[in-house]
Amino acid sequence: MLIEAENLSKTYTLRKKTGRLKRERTTVEAVRDLNLSVAEGELLGYIGPNGAGKSTSIKMFTGILSPSGGSLRVAGLEPIRERKQLARQIGVVFGQRTTLWWDLPLRDSFALLHRMYAIPDERYAENLKRYVDLLGLDDLLDTPVRQLSLGQRMRGDLTAALLHDPSILYLDEPTIGLDVTSKAVVREFLAELNRERGTTIVLTTHDLDDIERLCRRVVVIDHGTVAYDGRLAALRARIATDRTLIVDLARPAAPVEVPNATVTRVDGPRQWLAFPADANAAELIAAVASRYEVLDVSIRETDIEDVIRELYSS
Amino acid sequence: MTLIVYALVVRQTFRRFLTYRAAILGAVLANTVFGAVKAFIVTAVWRQRSVIGGYDLPDILTYTFVAQALIGPMSLLTNNLDIPARVRSGDIGTDLFRPVDFQGYWLSVDLGRAAFALLGRSLVPFAVGALLFRLRVPADPRVWAAFAVALTLGVLVSFSVRYLAAMSAFWLLDEKGVTGFVNMMTTFLGGLTVPLILFPGWLGEVARALPWASVVLVPVNVFLGKLSGAALAGAYAFEAAWAVALLALGRLVTARARQRVVVQGG
Repeated sequence: MLIEAENLSKTYTLRKKTGRLKRERTTVEAVRDLNLSVAEGELLGYIGPNGAGKSTSIKMFTGILSPSGGSLRVAGLEPIRERKQLARQIGVVFGQRTTLWWDLPLRDSFALLHRMYAIPDERYAENLKRYVDLLGLDDLLDTPVRQLSLGQRMRGDLTAALLHDPSILYLDEPTIGLDVTSKAVVREFLAELNRERGTTIVLTTHDLDDIERLCRRVVVIDHGTVAYDGRLAALRARIATDRTLIVDLARPAAPVEVPNATVTRVDGPRQWLAFPADANAAELIAAVASRYEVLDVSIRETDIEDVIRELYSS
Repeated sequence: MTLIVYALVVRQTFRRFLTYRAAILGAVLANTVFGAVKAFIVTAVWRQRSVIGGYDLPDILTYTFVAQALIGPMSLLTNNLDIPARVRSGDIGTDLFRPVDFQGYWLSVDLGRAAFALLGRSLVPFAVGALLFRLRVPADPRVWAAFAVALTLGVLVSFSVRYLAAMSAFWLLDEKGVTGFVNMMTTFLGGLTVPLILFPGWLGEVARALPWASVVLVPVNVFLGKLSGAALAGAYAFEAAWAVALLALGRLVTARARQRVVVQGG
């Protein structure tokens, strides 16, 4: 196991002013009894609502934060005690901030990392060429990071995180703010990295397209602990969310009454009908059309977003 | 072997500052003009008495322009470390997971900054001072070498004090009170406003024993050739002792900061 967390927890103590001089101590359990094992070569979706404890747990995995309880081993190391050895095993990419040096050209940032991670010269040259070719950074190497577009910067950050051949790559919102093309480039690159090099990837994102396209296993974190851990397909099946039929009637009407469906929303002539995922949509449309004058219909399939929302609220 | 990293950080920081050449012009102009103003004032004072605190007029004029030249390298007016801003933005996380020593990294950054400031901000104010006023510029290369050593030790002391102030950002939501206070102490006790040799009685004794004596007074005394032999060794030992003590304290604070780091953002 590359990441092995047992009953991992992290509590913060906050002091809040309650009076002129009085201060109240409150403890916040950001992570509690988190159990997780990640095997080599996995591409794991690590998701959850804001403030659920995702970042806190990742900060513990990377050796930035010390756990308050439980045990944790990453790549066979104890993150805090063996932080420097661990650092050579991991790569980190944040979508919202860069790990590169703002006013240095990409080339110089990479050169600094070459020494920082003590990467052997040959391997460095090989990796640099590989990622520069793969991510199309050739013409950008002499551009200072501050002049790069978000998509270009992200490609630079990905390269920076991989030059030392980390066995684990943590990605925090790697596609945030990117346009469709750049998103596709990043996703394709990650899939290939995982497939070809066997790099274990832990992906945190709010973009569920990322998860759908990349991850077979999903871990949902909520209230500081694991709320779901399993395959994406099983997650979707576990919460049998209805499909939705959207009908545009010729004129506004009272909620449509048909078997096997219930109206969830009415907006003028448009109505939303929820129906079970395994029911026959054609029959339902026929039933509606036989009783009302229908101008248009469309069906919305359950997407992962609904599933997650359902899971969070339960 | 690992020293290469830190040397590279020094060099890259130097290059980073090269990008901001235009900003340097304003600082150079201000340091030069204020140098001239201060030179007129001390000239007026030294007219009353020819020697004060062991300094004659050329000594104090030299002190004035060396001090002006050191504003940049010794960072006498500002904290100049990015640590608080990075704590606030959460970028500090990046610095914390790198396989390098945190304090060593920031020391290297500061050495690169100081080296750049020495070339970019110090030469012009001093050269202008030397042209307009009668300064005591050492002719002996050994004095210059001794000055370089005192200067380097001074930068270490200056860094270690500012580092402690900047690290307070790990504990305080707004560290500006602390850094501002330390900046004031540096400006005053470093002898930029009033030369330390003018501090009377016990105030002078205390001021000359504090770490800030390392940033201007000691290097200037070396520059003026007032220290040699055992006295020079003693001055080095004074600077080095403060540097070692404060850097060690900085290490302690760094370890504590790691324990309590709460990087911003969920």
